Amino acid sequence: MENVKKLNISKSLLLDCKQTVKDFPLAYETYGKLNENKDNAILVFHALTGDQFVTGLNPITKKEGWWGTAVGPGKAIDTDKYFVICANVIGGCMGSWGPKEVDKKTNEPYGLSFPVITIRDIVRAQETLLDYLGVEKLLCATGGSMGGMQTLQFCATFPNRTYSAMPIACSTSHSAQNIALNELARQAVMADPVWDKGKYIKKNVQPKNGLAVARMVGHISYLSEKGMQEKFGRKLQERGDYDFSFNADFQVESYLRHQGFAFVERFDANSILYITRAMDYFDLSRQYKGGLTEAFKNQKTKFLVISFSSDWLYTTKENKDTVIALNAAGTDVSFAEIKTDKGHDSFLVDEPEFLKTIKGFIDSMHIKFKNEKRI
Amino acid sequence: MKKEFKVIAELLPNNIRVLDVGCGDGSLMDLLIKEKNIEARGLEIKEEHVKKCIYKGLSVIEGNAETELNQFPDQSFDYVILSQTLQAFYSPEKVLKDLLRVGKCAIVSIPNFGYWKVRTSLLLFGKMPVTKTLPYSWHNTPNLHMCTIKDMYNFCAEKDIKIDKILGLHGDRTSQIKKNNLEIKNLFSKIGIFVLS
Repeated sequence: MENVKKLNISKSLLLDCKQTVKDFPLAYETYGKLNENKDNAILVFHALTGDQFVTGLNPITKKEGWWGTAVGPGKAIDTDKYFVICANVIGGCMGSWGPKEVDKKTNEPYGLSFPVITIRDIVRAQETLLDYLGVEKLLCATGGSMGGMQTLQFCATFPNRTYSAMPIACSTSHSAQNIALNELARQAVMADPVWDKGKYIKKNVQPKNGLAVARMVGHISYLSEKGMQEKFGRKLQERGDYDFSFNADFQVESYLRHQGFAFVERFDANSILYITRAMDYFDLSRQYKGGLTEAFKNQKTKFLVISFSSDWLYTTKENKDTVIALNAAGTDVSFAEIKTDKGHDSFLVDEPEFLKTIKGFIDSMHIKFKNEKRI
Repeated sequence: MKKEFKVIAELLPNNIRVLDVGCGDGSLMDLLIKEKNIEARGLEIKEEHVKKCIYKGLSVIEGNAETELNQFPDQSFDYVILSQTLQAFYSPEKVLKDLLRVGKCAIVSIPNFGYWKVRTSLLLFGKMPVTKTLPYSWHNTPNLHMCTIKDMYNFCAEKDIKIDKILGLHGDRTSQIKKNNLEIKNLFSKIGIFVLS
């Protein structure tokens, strides 16, 4: 991976599983420039299958970055104005330390000998990047879905590292339904004989069928029932009648197959296991011994929690529970629900009301942050 | 800027924590932050108002005061403000009690149904009154529980809610309402502002 910027994290990190690691790579990308006052840095956390290439052309996949709708020159998060930072999560497969990387001790890829990591480990590894880039305090930390969980974790672990935070479509702990869906994805991977207890990586093959099914599960959960019905209905795929076979007769089948098999080209199956596990283990209230209030106490960060009305993966109710916890801790919190049929995916697509809201928040926070820094 | 907001701002001490319930587009919060260095938060049900507040950098939570005041801890604000919305709730009593649970004090303003123009409109024309402060027709009004300043006064007495002060508003004129001038002020005030604790 030649076009990937990497920071070697030399300081040791005690993982939640009690293993200590050091000298591992963290792949990252930045957009825009850090200004002289250093008041314009925004840390974006990516979701389960995202990577550090937020916007513009992803040099590895040759596709548009995953948040091009929101981030870029002249966009809601304007890279002509703001310095946007994003790192590939550890456990991932876009250059950061993950299960497909070579273990220096054995000279072989880790596979399942990679330690089970948590959202807190992921976030802690990224803090080092801020030091390296010379960002003392961020203007904003943000992300959707797992990116939102990282945002909440980041604020809890480093209460003074960001002026504002925008957790989008997420929760403070994974619900039973979300764990179940992740388990379905993992079982799909593990049921593929090619997976071979994660050892496929040494044979340079991928359990493509299992990984594709895992991705299909995800894609169903990212859309709303209504959105899916409107997009596909019972429309047939390039044919006038049923095929009387198990080919992809319906458009929705064709869509899922396409998404599934496009995904295996860019993602590592073991990474899906590790990252979904990190999401399942995420539980801020457990981390802070039963009290979310405890997690957010002494918090000066200004929060904006955003939910989407048709999101059934991280419902408005769950997002509101985060708001309640932040309120109970006495933090400065705003909340908005975006009315849309686009489901959990709403934060990734062109949803004007959402984009206007995040732009309005970040721009107004920038003015306040600038003024505060001046004083 | 509404006269009512200026009056409310004058009633409040500097540097306190205030929750504005039904904060609209945040004009009152803006005023309180700028003129009184108050730490202001808002609760608002209308999506477009919530967004306006966010664009201004104000802290606002989208939600329904009738059901979602329970998210705020006891006595977590010095003052809670409810401007001209008490009459729109299904249970004004429950909301009022919640306001005084969340805030050490509450400022509640009401459009006065006892104002003489309201009274004469019903008396002379036999129609439900439509005025500047009560602009709705009977069939589309959000106001479920209209009351007069006197009603509110009696209600507070009945429910053991302490009234610290009542102000009557008529245009640009403000006057203090006491037990001895209640009848006359109830006739000539368009809006009543109650400071409760």
